[in-house]
Amino acid sequence: MALEHDQELDASGLNCPLPILRAKKTLNGMESGKILKIIATDPGSVKDFEAFANQTGNELMESSEEGGKFIFLLKKK
Amino acid sequence: MDEKKLAIIATKGSLDWAYPPFILASTAAALGYETQIFFTFYGLELLKKKLNLQVTSLGNPAMPMPMPIPVIMQTLPGMQSMMSSMMKKKMKSKGVASIEELRDLSLEAEVKMVACQMTVDLFEYDTSEFIDGIEYGGAATFFEFAGESDITLYI
Repeated sequence: MALEHDQELDASGLNCPLPILRAKKTLNGMESGKILKIIATDPGSVKDFEAFANQTGNELMESSEEGGKFIFLLKKK
Repeated sequence: MDEKKLAIIATKGSLDWAYPPFILASTAAALGYETQIFFTFYGLELLKKKLNLQVTSLGNPAMPMPMPIPVIMQTLPGMQSMMSSMMKKKMKSKGVASIEELRDLSLEAEVKMVACQMTVDLFEYDTSEFIDGIEYGGAATFFEFAGESDITLYI
């Protein structure tokens, strides 16, 4: 089931800690309940986004891999 | 809700030592930590407006190099500049943020940066050389925050 997203952030080519930092910045400008789709190429970002979701309360709705890129769907709390 | 606190003491000013404090601080801030970095001794170099951070393999036997270079050659003029440029180029090609960028992101994430007043006086730094938005303080000032922090790191 593909979830609709409200905003997209392409963090391809960026390595730790940039994907998380950019995501945080983008989420700051979003309303509660909105979904942010993040595309990343950094393999470390899989664990990072899990930790980010756990620690900040923004729900990680989906974490998948597509064509060599990692896709994350974060719901702003 | 109690916010966790992270205190970092940054005592080194070379390129390789500049990354840990800024990466840790910016990430912690992104995760919701209240973060403070206390810059002392060579760490003050990281607060300069114009950064020209250097790194050398000399005395750093663990530094990975594209090819082994005898120590005596590492001391030759120009070697340090070359190694620093190579490292910066590598960071860029691998999508790792520059120190300037990490520092800006940290400030944006409201990481508090405190410069050690004593070291500033000791090395006679001109405070106009430092970036804006930093505070000055001594060890006691630092302990006020560090004493309450959940994590304190010495870098």
